[in-house]
This record gives sequence, structure tokens and C-alpha cells, in this order.
Amino acid sequence: MTIPASWFLVLAALLFGVGAFGVLTRRSALIMFMCIELMLNAVNLTFVTFARSLSDIGGQTTVFFIMVVAAAEVTVGLGIVVAVFRRRESTSVDELSELQG
Amino acid sequence: MFATAYALPDLLVFAAAALCILTGAIGVIAMQNPVHSALSLILCLLGVAVAFLEQNADFLAAAEVIVYAGAIVVLFLFVIMFLGVDGSRHPHVEPLVGQRWLAALGVAITVAGVITLMVNSDWVSGVMSTSTGGTGLATGSGNVTQLGDSVFTTYLLAFEATAGLLIIAVVGAVLLARRERPADPDVEDDVVDVDVEVVDVEDEGEWWIIDHGTSEEVDS
Repeated sequence: MTIPASWFLVLAALLFGVGAFGVLTRRSALIMFMCIELMLNAVNLTFVTFARSLSDIGGQTTVFFIMVVAAAEVTVGLGIVVAVFRRRESTSVDELSELQG
Repeated sequence: MFATAYALPDLLVFAAAALCILTGAIGVIAMQNPVHSALSLILCLLGVAVAFLEQNADFLAAAEVIVYAGAIVVLFLFVIMFLGVDGSRHPHVEPLVGQRWLAALGVAITVAGVITLMVNSDWVSGVMSTSTGGTGLATGSGNVTQLGDSVFTTYLLAFEATAGLLIIAVVGAVLLARRERPADPDVEDDVVDVDVEVVDVEDEGEWWIIDHGTSEEVDS
């Protein structure tokens, strides 16, 4: 008997929790991007698990598209980080506080 | 105890994948050096790829390694090296008092709630949903063909939209990362003048090489 889906779902939930904790606590924009990748991978793992347990290929197709969107997001996000670093000499998100009024 | 219920290779593979995933994820948020965080992210992504493989998602496991560990993490490392960010600049700045504990509490409540929902519902077993809309998942020799059929037939519009999305992302990244260069049309003329002056003063170094090339072109 193969590993039940619930184990993978719990693992994905823990991975998502770690990623969310990292986004909430780390202040470097690069680390926050990495934590967003962690959360995306947790969701990917959940999709693949449900694709197996429900026997539906749509979950895996969704993961395929999530990967594409994640790649585009990282490209633009790191471009923004580089542009901000040129102007500020820092990647700390706490120093980007002009828009708070 | 579990070995009687589940096959031992499956258990070992799951344990290895879970260990890689959790170790890598904690490493990402615990390391002070961003380079170490990126390397921990690779470990975590490899664990996710193993978890994909165990659930018959062969193509996605390969794409996970190629796209994430091969492209995205390399892009992260490239930006880290390019910016020269070190972790020692703001080691333990806590902008909001108690933010770590509040974040830990909120995350713990959320994860526990999700796990409780999973335990108390039929989501996990898939009893309520009999997969009426989707095609059945192939087992055994992988389902790359099935995934390709799904992408190029059912989700063709979304696939075409991702092509446009990638083009937009590439153009946007180039525009964002482009360095502002002075709009001086006489830059190349200045370089030519500098070369001529270097000939006069007979300076040594790199300019001499450039001057040598231009003089050869003039001679030929």
C-alpha cells in the first residue's frame, strides 16, 4: 500500500507554515522571495497529492502553470530588488516606507 | 508498526523527502547568510521533487529540478552575488515588538486548523469526489503523455497565455534591471579621441591594447 495522501498534505501544510513564518519575520527581500517559493511549493505538493488521490490530471496541469507563473514572478521580483538596491544600497523591506503616509 | 501497513521502500522515500523538505525550509528562514538560504532552498526543492516522484508525477519532478533548482535558485544566487548582500547588516532587527511570536502563533493556528480540517473531512480520502470531470490518472509508467494531452487540449488557452506572460516578464525584468545610461550621443567619438591622445602620450596598460587594435584597423 502506498503512502496515504494525508501524510503528504500534512507535510505540505508544515512547509507552507514555515514559508509563511519566514515571510512574516525575515526582513530581507531576497529571503522573503525564497519563502514565497517555499509556500508555492507547498501548494504544488498539495495539488500533486490531490491529483493522485482523486485520480485527476488537472492537478498536475495546474502545478505546471504554477511553475511558469512562479518563474515569471521571480524574474520580475528580482528585477525590482536589483532596481531598489541600486537606489537604496539595501534590500531590507523596512527601509522602503515612503508609501505609508 | 507502519512497516506492516505500508511498503518499506515507500516509507523510506517519504521519510527522506520529508526530512529534506523540512530541513531545507527551516534552513531557508534560519540561515543568516542569503547564500546558505539559497542552498537550503535547493535541498527543499529536491525533497519536493522526490515527493512528486513518489506520487507518479514524473514530468513535474523533472521540471521542479530543472526550473526551480536549475533556474530560479541560480537566479537567486546570481542576484545575491551581484548585489553583494551579506547577512551581517541587520542581524537581529525586530521592527515590531513581538512580531516573531505573533507570527509563530498565527502560523501555528493556521497549520493546526488546516490539519484539523483535513482530519475531520473527506478531502483526504476523496470519498465525496469521484473525479467525474477529469480523466483518470495513469499509473505505472508515468503520465507525461497524459499531462501533455491535458496541457495542449483542455488548457490550451492558459498555455498560450503563459507564453504571453513570460514575454511580458522578460521585457519587464530587462526594463527594471537596465542601468540608466547617460543619453550622450558623443560617447563613441570621445573614445576615439581618447585613443588618439593615448598614442601621443604613449601610456601603458589596457588603453594601449585598444589603441593597438584601432591602429591596426587604420593601417589595414
